Amino acid sequence: MSVSTIPVGSTVSLQKLRLQGLIDALTNAGYQVIGPQIADGAVVYDELDSLEQLPLGVIDEQDGGRYRLERSNDAGYFDHVVGPHSLKRYLFPPQETLQQLHLKDGHWNVEPTPIHDKPVAVIGARSCDLHAVAIQDRVFLEGPYVDPGYRVRRERLFVVSVQCRRAAATCFCHSMKTGPRASRGFDLSLTELDDSFVIEVGSDQGGQILASVEGWKASSAAIVDQAKEQSVQLERTMKQRADADPAAGTSRPRQLDTHDVHDLLLNNLDHPRWEQVAERCLACANCTMVCPTCFCSSVTEVADLTGEHVRRERTWASCFTAEHSLLNSGVVRNSTKSRYRQWLTHKLATWIDQYDTSGCVGCGRCITWCPVGIDLTEEVAAIRETAS
Amino acid sequence: MSKTSNQKSTEPANKPTVAVFKFASCDGCQLSLLDAEDELLAIAHHVEIAYFLEARTRTLDGPYDIGLVEGSITTEHDAERIRDIRKQCRYLVTIGACATAGGIQSLRNWADVDEFIQQVYATPQYISTLATSTAIADHVPVDFELRGCPINKDQLVELITALVIGRVPRVPNYSVCVECKRRGTVCVAVAKGISCLGPVTQAGCGAICPAFNRDCFGCYGPQEFVNVTSLTRRYESQGESREHLVRLVRNFNGYAPAFRAASDALEEQSHE
Ligand code: SF4
Ligand code: SF4
Repeated sequence: MSVSTIPVGSTVSLQKLRLQGLIDALTNAGYQVIGPQIADGAVVYDELDSLEQLPLGVIDEQDGGRYRLERSNDAGYFDHVVGPHSLKRYLFPPQETLQQLHLKDGHWNVEPTPIHDKPVAVIGARSCDLHAVAIQDRVFLEGPYVDPGYRVRRERLFVVSVQCRRAAATCFCHSMKTGPRASRGFDLSLTELDDSFVIEVGSDQGGQILASVEGWKASSAAIVDQAKEQSVQLERTMKQRADADPAAGTSRPRQLDTHDVHDLLLNNLDHPRWEQVAERCLACANCTMVCPTCFCSSVTEVADLTGEHVRRERTWASCFTAEHSLLNSGVVRNSTKSRYRQWLTHKLATWIDQYDTSGCVGCGRCITWCPVGIDLTEEVAAIRETAS
Repeated sequence: MSKTSNQKSTEPANKPTVAVFKFASCDGCQLSLLDAEDELLAIAHHVEIAYFLEARTRTLDGPYDIGLVEGSITTEHDAERIRDIRKQCRYLVTIGACATAGGIQSLRNWADVDEFIQQVYATPQYISTLATSTAIADHVPVDFELRGCPINKDQLVELITALVIGRVPRVPNYSVCVECKRRGTVCVAVAKGISCLGPVTQAGCGAICPAFNRDCFGCYGPQEFVNVTSLTRRYESQGESREHLVRLVRNFNGYAPAFRAASDALEEQSHE
């Protein structure tokens, strides 16, 4: 079939090995293609040229403070779930030069830094990731202050999402209503079946790129149903698992009861649980760094020895550090308790006041990558149990 | 003005003077200053290197605007010398783990120094030393600490720039984890079960070790909000031995108060 585009909303099938054609089509269209691959014992995002880089046959076992890859005979290309990286680093980079300033004849000349990076196409984003991008869009693009760098990167972003068919023990998108099925926010969406991918077109660009990939054919209704059924099945299993007796499984299934969580947390700012979690918390900031919605940054002016040439640098920052709440009167949140409480109440409560959405998409990254396994679902449940 | 200098400086007279002093140390931190090759000429243009034996035979007498101190205090003579240096320096800055926390040589603080002397030296009676190796701040007030084993050259340049311009040096005191995550390194503790000190250690190195798949061993000393007990408890629950954890925490910065308390507590538990 040779057409110039495939309409939004249609679904086509592609033999598995033909996915290389999609990587090539994106590369030829000028994208830097990013996809999941194994590095240093985890599935991370990095540049992707070949299908062979994908983590075929590998799954990730995740739990509080623990992540391990395992071989699994029936695992496909995408049966791992979310790793330590997220789309955040491609839209809101960890370090960025915003401006350069030069002092000349007593005047400061301000030079904005143009965005040199190529447009990015990400293969493998999950439903929770797409929701996280939508949340960061509100932060960086809506309201009176638009972030210029984010806007450029975001407008050019091409997303090939993947419908999960497996969940880790740390996933709780079913509680946050952010998954497991992705229904929007992608250019193309892949569902992996045993011998093919079913691909749904989510945007015009998606339709054009897909049309140039060799070997696609219209999906039969049966195949489309089969693809959808996988997501339905997964959601059912996640809910069942979460409701099951924790003693039955090896790792505690996650869920987060979001009912009235805003008031629950804000009415319990003096709950003894904050003190208890602070005894375990390292104030290391890993949770905020891996969270796909956390958006805090620090802007510093880096001058050379003459003081006449200055780079204005923005780096990821965290509410777990002292500098985050340092005012001229001192550090406002001067205990781990106040920092953890700030993080959790912002994420699950005041974020709603600020952006009309929860700040949590249930991806579980903060649970897995916390070195001591602090688990926000457990913290909320503990407060709920003995709330005042 | 100067007794020891026989050459006159042609540079402007109002340049701040910098003096570099060495105590018990390996010289690695001073080498970091020499290693700042790209910046060294610019630095020398903005400050007067008045006393830096490792770099320059000419020395100028004090007082100095900035005194950089490398090394820990291990002898009676050094304890006196640092008091004199303090009097001569407007800003006294310690550079490196030895000056800031006592260094690796502070392992002696948990052992019997006389026994070491007997074992190591052919003529032990020539050795005159204190029983401990201690940080400069244990002897005189210190204005700023530059951490690291060795220090990071960019932080050193930042420190000098800040002092020349007259602002507070911008040196982070959050954890190494922040640097790991920014560079995208996979956490060796979570993904490999390696007992890593990163979460309790101050950033500054750029998180080099985890990027090479090994644990952070705490070169920059305790981060500002340190909770070693929670971390070592976690590592113990994953099967790490207490002996290993004591060795891990009792390293270059082992005598920094937070690390010292943690390793002492671990050892006490082992004896229970
Ligand atoms: S708070 Fe935790 S689970 Fe929620 S989005 Fe952030 S990293 Fe994911
Ligand atoms: S909750 Fe965990 S990851 Fe977050 S700061 Fe505390 S110890 Fe670090």
